[in-house]
Amino acid sequence: MVFQIVSKHELCDYYDLNQNPGITLKIPIREDKFAFLDDTKISQQLISFQNEEQLHVTFYLPQMHCSSCLYLLENLYRINPGVVSSKVNFTRKEVEIVLIKKATSLRKVAETLAGIGYEPYISLSDLRNKRPGLDQQMVYQIGVAGFCFGNIMLMSFPEYLGIDTSEEGMLQLFRWANLFLAIPVFLYSALPFYKASWKSLKHKYLNIDAPIALAIIITFIRSVIEVLEGTGGGYFDSMTGIVFFMLAGRILQDKTYRQLSFERDYTSYFPVAVAVLKEGKQVPTALPDIRVNDTLLIHQEELIPADGILVKGKAFIDYSFVTGESMPVLKEMGEIVYAGGKQTEGNIELLVVKEVAQSYLTKLWNREEFQEKATPKKYSFVHALSRYFTYIVFLIAAITAAYWWREDLSKLWPAVTSIFIIACPCALLLSNTFTNGNILTILARNQFFLRNAETIESIAGVNHLVFDKTGTLTAPGEQEVAFIGKDLSTEEQQLISSLANQSTHPLSKAIVHWLRPDNYLQVENKLEKVGAGIEGIVQGKRIRMGSIAFVKQSTQDSIAAGTQVHVEIENVYLGFFKFGNQYRNEIPGLIKLLMSEYKISVLSGDNPTERETLEQLTDHSSTLLFNQQPEDKLLYIKSLQQKGDKVMMIGDGLNDAGALKQADVGVALSEQSNNFTPSSDAIIEAKKLVKLNQFIQLCKKNRGIVMASFVLSIVYNVIGLYFAVQGNLSPLIAAILMPSSSISILLLTFGSSNLAARQLRL
Amino acid sequence: MSVIFILLAVSISVAAFFLIAFIWGVKSGQFEDDFSPASRILFEDKKTSSPHKQ
Repeated sequence: MVFQIVSKHELCDYYDLNQNPGITLKIPIREDKFAFLDDTKISQQLISFQNEEQLHVTFYLPQMHCSSCLYLLENLYRINPGVVSSKVNFTRKEVEIVLIKKATSLRKVAETLAGIGYEPYISLSDLRNKRPGLDQQMVYQIGVAGFCFGNIMLMSFPEYLGIDTSEEGMLQLFRWANLFLAIPVFLYSALPFYKASWKSLKHKYLNIDAPIALAIIITFIRSVIEVLEGTGGGYFDSMTGIVFFMLAGRILQDKTYRQLSFERDYTSYFPVAVAVLKEGKQVPTALPDIRVNDTLLIHQEELIPADGILVKGKAFIDYSFVTGESMPVLKEMGEIVYAGGKQTEGNIELLVVKEVAQSYLTKLWNREEFQEKATPKKYSFVHALSRYFTYIVFLIAAITAAYWWREDLSKLWPAVTSIFIIACPCALLLSNTFTNGNILTILARNQFFLRNAETIESIAGVNHLVFDKTGTLTAPGEQEVAFIGKDLSTEEQQLISSLANQSTHPLSKAIVHWLRPDNYLQVENKLEKVGAGIEGIVQGKRIRMGSIAFVKQSTQDSIAAGTQVHVEIENVYLGFFKFGNQYRNEIPGLIKLLMSEYKISVLSGDNPTERETLEQLTDHSSTLLFNQQPEDKLLYIKSLQQKGDKVMMIGDGLNDAGALKQADVGVALSEQSNNFTPSSDAIIEAKKLVKLNQFIQLCKKNRGIVMASFVLSIVYNVIGLYFAVQGNLSPLIAAILMPSSSISILLLTFGSSNLAARQLRL
Repeated sequence: MSVIFILLAVSISVAAFFLIAFIWGVKSGQFEDDFSPASRILFEDKKTSSPHKQ
């Protein structure tokens, strides 16, 4: 984390760096960090193309953030002459590199990138599957539909306005041209609707696409017959228009956030390979090939991929990925270290006791529930609504057919077909997709990203909110610091913070952050002992700070080493710093607000020392559970669901991943949207958590807006049906009804969803 | 009125040209990334004959 921030600040200077050749600002990286890229078995999965000379590879660089980054990365060939070209895709934060095999290697390029501050992020899941992109097929389809729709409208004008009988031949020409233009729409652009309805019929569930596909087919057939018989121009304009609008709605709704991933499992957190010690040599080994009894060498800042026993070194492990708690935990030799933590100081050696897939943390993912989607697929209320709608349309069609069968057989076909043309639930689909799309956009603008449109409805139905405490209600990195002991003078404060500033340890950083000194003094004879403490001479005074064992120079080890920092100046013991949780500022207000409407639970992986604070926060009316293992959290959500509650889980770390997946809506909290979040239905920026109530309110409005525009569309339908049942739906009426209903629905959905958002101050 | 035939052919071919241009644009990834090309044009292209020395 710290590395990321530091490097980010330095990065913008790189622009200057490149204009002043000669000055280098290299970030040191461990020598063989990318050694695994020399292993052909691993690198093979990364390379997109290679021949005798060249090699194409795409790296994901999460640190990329400004136009200077772009400049630097695209000028990579100056830094590493073996690079032929590098092309950045900023939205995906990817760089596509072409390199000459003879001059450089994959490993060297990765090292170059890491050296300039853009460490490529290579993970197991990246190797296995490519990230999904924009649905290009649908974009082509809408392009074709737009082209045909525009031209057909143009050529239908003679039809609308009437044409001189002497120009009858020309009218026929226009009709035939329309027919040919409509074919690509019918056969290509409308494909998504055919596919969706076929799928729904196979599952014996009538969704909204089925009546729409039916309407498209009937309209096309009837229009073709009219043109062939020369009796009329058909309804090609309406058909192509509606296909165009409906595709536009679909695209808006399915817009994805390419910079985010909602599908991460544990493999994205883990490195691709790790160094295994074999007869004193380091062998880079891919994670799945790690076996029990292998000895792993874990370097500083590396993730621990498998459960193991510490055999060498002192582990100081940051479990923030797992628990959300950034305070490192000290482990001694012989202790078991669980996978998922990050070693923060020095190198350690681990003897593997469980393979990666069997590890305590990863086992959670291999639970049966997760093999498929935990909850059965939910269908939107729109489908149910459209079903009723379809039944009514069929009823009207049947009555009309019966009537005309007795009265005038020649009118049976035109009357019944016009009913299907007019009364397709296109308007419902339009209002639904456009409202969803707009709400997704509004929420995304407020940094609340939803996985898909169905999540809107799931959020609207929620009645129980479950919060994770560590990292969600409390802010990671923001520790409440207190000094217990003698009152510190300004001079002492300055001495302490000057020394603490020399260390990258999170506790030292927290102390510096808390003391806020005006300036730092020169530190001499600095000595940092990993996992124990730091000492140095500031202004001639010897200062020692760290664990009790370090400061008092005794051999006994304190259990609370991780949360206390003791201070001694010139052999005089002053006292110790204590660290506690700091709740995010806006949390108390938010909880009060939410409590009036929802049931609230708080789960915590920590011990119950915070119980009192939390009880005050929730007015003693919520369920508070402590010492919750990842599995306990999942089971708690499950028990709530069995009671009939619709649960929204808000959590951050990997330890919440199971619960997030089990919940009806899993919301992952992210400190920066490019951060790694466990797989979830929604990702919320931590700063925006305060708006959670408004977000839920907006999602609830969604249904109302869809219903309102549906009512409006029914009005149009009734007008259309009035003409249709009589068997005289003229192309002109259809041509006016279709666009005006579509456009007024678009205006209504956009207007009312934006209005709702404004009322909620989003 | 036979001029209409020519106009018809012209208008359709112009529209078809734009359709092809659109499809080409999507295919070549012009809509994939809307940030980098916009910034890329602002960077000066320094022609360095000798390789950049580190």
